[in-house]
Amino acid sequence: MRPRRPILASIIGLVMCATSVLAQTRTMLNVSYDPTRELYKDFNAEFARMWKEKTGQTVEIKMSHGGSGKQARAVIDGLEADVVTLALAYDIDAISEHAGLLPKEWQSRLPNASSPYTSTIVFLVRKGNPKNIRDWDDLLKPGVEVITPNPKTSGGARWNYLAAWGFALRRELGDLAKLEDPNAAEAVKAAQAKARQFVTDVFRRVPVLDTGARGSTTTFVQRNIGDVLLAWENEAFLAVEELGKDKFEIVVPSISILAEPPVTLIDKFSDKHGNRDLAQAYLEYLYSPIGQRLAAKHYYRPYDPSLVDPEDLKRFPKLELLSIDTVFGGWKKVQTEHFDDGGVFDQIYKP
Amino acid sequence: MRRPFKRRPGKIPGFPLTMGITITYLGLIVLIPLAGLVLKTAQLSWSQFWTTVIDDRVLASFRLSIGASLVAATINLFFGFIVAWVLVRYPFPGRKMVDALVDLPFAMPTAVSGIALTALYARNGWLGGPLSHVGINGAFSRFGIVIALTFIGLPFVVRTLQPALADLESDVEEAAASLGAGRLQTVRRVVVPAVLPALLAGFAMAFARAVGEYGSVVFISGNMPMKTEITPLLIVTKLEQYDVAGATSIALALLAFSFVMLLVINGIQVWSTARTRA
Amino acid sequence: MPGAVALSLSVGVRPGTPATRDTSLTRWVLTGIALTFLGVFLVLPLVVVFTEALREGIGVYLGSFQDPDALSAIRLTLIAAGVSVPLNVVFGLCAAWAITKFKFRGRSLLVTLIDLPFAVSPVVAGLIYVLVFGRQGWLGPWLAEHDIKIIFAAPGIVLATVFITFPFVARELIPLMEEQGLEEEQAAMTLGARGWTMFRRVTLPNIRWALLYGVILCNARAMGEFGAVSVVSGHIRGQTNTLPLHVEILYNEYSFAAAFATASLLAILAIITLVLKTAVEYRVRRQMELSARLGDKS
Repeated sequence: MRPRRPILASIIGLVMCATSVLAQTRTMLNVSYDPTRELYKDFNAEFARMWKEKTGQTVEIKMSHGGSGKQARAVIDGLEADVVTLALAYDIDAISEHAGLLPKEWQSRLPNASSPYTSTIVFLVRKGNPKNIRDWDDLLKPGVEVITPNPKTSGGARWNYLAAWGFALRRELGDLAKLEDPNAAEAVKAAQAKARQFVTDVFRRVPVLDTGARGSTTTFVQRNIGDVLLAWENEAFLAVEELGKDKFEIVVPSISILAEPPVTLIDKFSDKHGNRDLAQAYLEYLYSPIGQRLAAKHYYRPYDPSLVDPEDLKRFPKLELLSIDTVFGGWKKVQTEHFDDGGVFDQIYKP
Repeated sequence: MRRPFKRRPGKIPGFPLTMGITITYLGLIVLIPLAGLVLKTAQLSWSQFWTTVIDDRVLASFRLSIGASLVAATINLFFGFIVAWVLVRYPFPGRKMVDALVDLPFAMPTAVSGIALTALYARNGWLGGPLSHVGINGAFSRFGIVIALTFIGLPFVVRTLQPALADLESDVEEAAASLGAGRLQTVRRVVVPAVLPALLAGFAMAFARAVGEYGSVVFISGNMPMKTEITPLLIVTKLEQYDVAGATSIALALLAFSFVMLLVINGIQVWSTARTRA
Repeated sequence: MPGAVALSLSVGVRPGTPATRDTSLTRWVLTGIALTFLGVFLVLPLVVVFTEALREGIGVYLGSFQDPDALSAIRLTLIAAGVSVPLNVVFGLCAAWAITKFKFRGRSLLVTLIDLPFAVSPVVAGLIYVLVFGRQGWLGPWLAEHDIKIIFAAPGIVLATVFITFPFVARELIPLMEEQGLEEEQAAMTLGARGWTMFRRVTLPNIRWALLYGVILCNARAMGEFGAVSVVSGHIRGQTNTLPLHVEILYNEYSFAAAFATASLLAILAIITLVLKTAVEYRVRRQMELSARLGDKS
């Protein structure tokens, strides 16, 4: 590669010149998933203000957004994130496993399994709910088109898929405690088969399968396709706020899934940039009253509701939330069983 | 470094220098990275490679990419011929502007074409609305993919045809006309065979470009596995799922296909040159 | 000369003789079909870009260019084009010189290889650089050790752009220099001119318009590349986003007006490209005809 070095050097030099104007400011990179754009825009400004007050340093936080799996892949290939804030723990596990950039037990480093906020999956329908969609089984009504992203690439879509699965399981079994009961093994097996059929039927009704949650929202909202969008709760709220209360409404199903988008420090990269203190403070600030309030403002459910103005909490409807660990046995199992190549999703998504 | 086996008289200087730069640069930018792809795939066993490539979803994407590209290239062949014919034969006001416009798909960034075509053909778009009344989904369907690929391929057909049509000696046509051939007959029997190499070359180029196209298609296609998922998108999807082996296998298959297409195009051009000289 | 996958030049009108002229009905119908087809396929998308961009008023339109992220995207796009165009000019000149002034074995293979980036899917182009320079790639560990960032930084974007625009200049020069042959250079040599002087005084003036033409095409493609750049960019706002990637980001943020505003900037660049191209094309054609005529005489 020798002959290219001078060229490379000059390119690097050029870029450094461009960035040196901004010298004296500390920069760090947060690699995040699709629907957090608005949250982190606010949060970063707030954090930078706090950090300046506390230390006198100016800090600039760079953001990169995309599908959760895609973002994790980029970090594995060398996108030098100081922190990642992704849609699901599995993607961060993958970074640890494939690239060894952070310890395996990263999830125990911050409170609430490293999820400063949680969310869930709700339905977004067109104003007046013309197809009268109230719960998961209404998705299978004749003529209903369902919009969801692709579970293979989108974290949100995996939650959608699991929420539907969980609903069907619960309907068949009545009580999910039976999953643990050895005497009910037959019933559980039958219920799992029913759930699989239910999810298969739901995905038969998807006319457009985007790669990320944002793409699906655009398809539903902007392109006017489909009758119901399976969406992150915050994404649904945002769509209603940004794009018209007169056009869409949110429907909360009887049961959904507890989505826990985790955050963590990427040890190797933040150490390399000398940013560990900054990155650590950044993540901890998400758990502070201000961080929690901003999360609630952007329609994420704060992990500690006591820190947030009760008024802000009212907007979150109460519904039964299934935990992925108790119902599905954790992300590792879910990923290999359902979403890896040749897994259940691939099997049911063959016409 | 290859030595020239025969130099023309006069000893023009600079062969080692220019050839050296050419080979080095070609190697560094194109050949070594492409070899990296081949090597990476070579780490798989033949059966691993084969199972990846003949997986239903991958095959469906190949069928779609190749099928849609063929349809688009055929549309371009037909309309491109008419456009080239009109631009070469008929002087009309604004001809120069129209002529310049033909290259728009080439000059326009693919992402811009992608969002513009999507806005146009979506159900609430200018053309998508009327189309949906007659039961056609403009965007997010195979129809949309063909539209995008037609857009991308148009300049290739028109630009290869134009010189061929212009070079056509009018005396052949005149002779055919004087022998009592009708106009349509003349065009079919005389003009089309004469520009056939150009037609084929333009078709092949539009086709080759369309098979690999990503930016403009990804916005409009809908990206449904098995239905509207093109091969380049499948490569990106595999990559995002931590499946590098799968991505490189498909990429290699696509690369091999591109290379064969390139050889076909070159073959057509050699044939056409030989034919003109004869 | 085999292998021109590049766009050939458009040509002037050749109305034909009376016997081969079409009836006016045919002319009207064909012209109508051609214009409708071009109108639907080319003009409408262009119009849509500008209508969507101006939908929320001129204020929003202009405002979207003051966003620091947009400015940084413009800067990076200019850097990518600014590095890749000169590199490909030097390469194009060298390749065309070696290929057209000398005969050697494997010449047509070389031409095919130069064409290769045309046929390779942009996505594959991005992928190969990830495989070579990515952290898990061939040179990954070495690069990490020496703290050189290529993928997800400006160098990776420049490399992907160079790859995509690789053949443009060479492809425009080769047919012309082939046509021009060696006579002028040989004459210059008998007059005692040395290599560099001869190139500057004799060859360059003969090919300057074709060179410019190649530069225009190369530059248009460099500024507009999406697929390959998207794979190697990392999408860091204000840092590794080029203009086309910025369009995608805005589009995904419901900022449709801003997305189309940025898109319109690129569309204007495309139109400028077309205008320049048309202007230069005329001169290239003349140069080509001139050398063809000279060739016939000798």
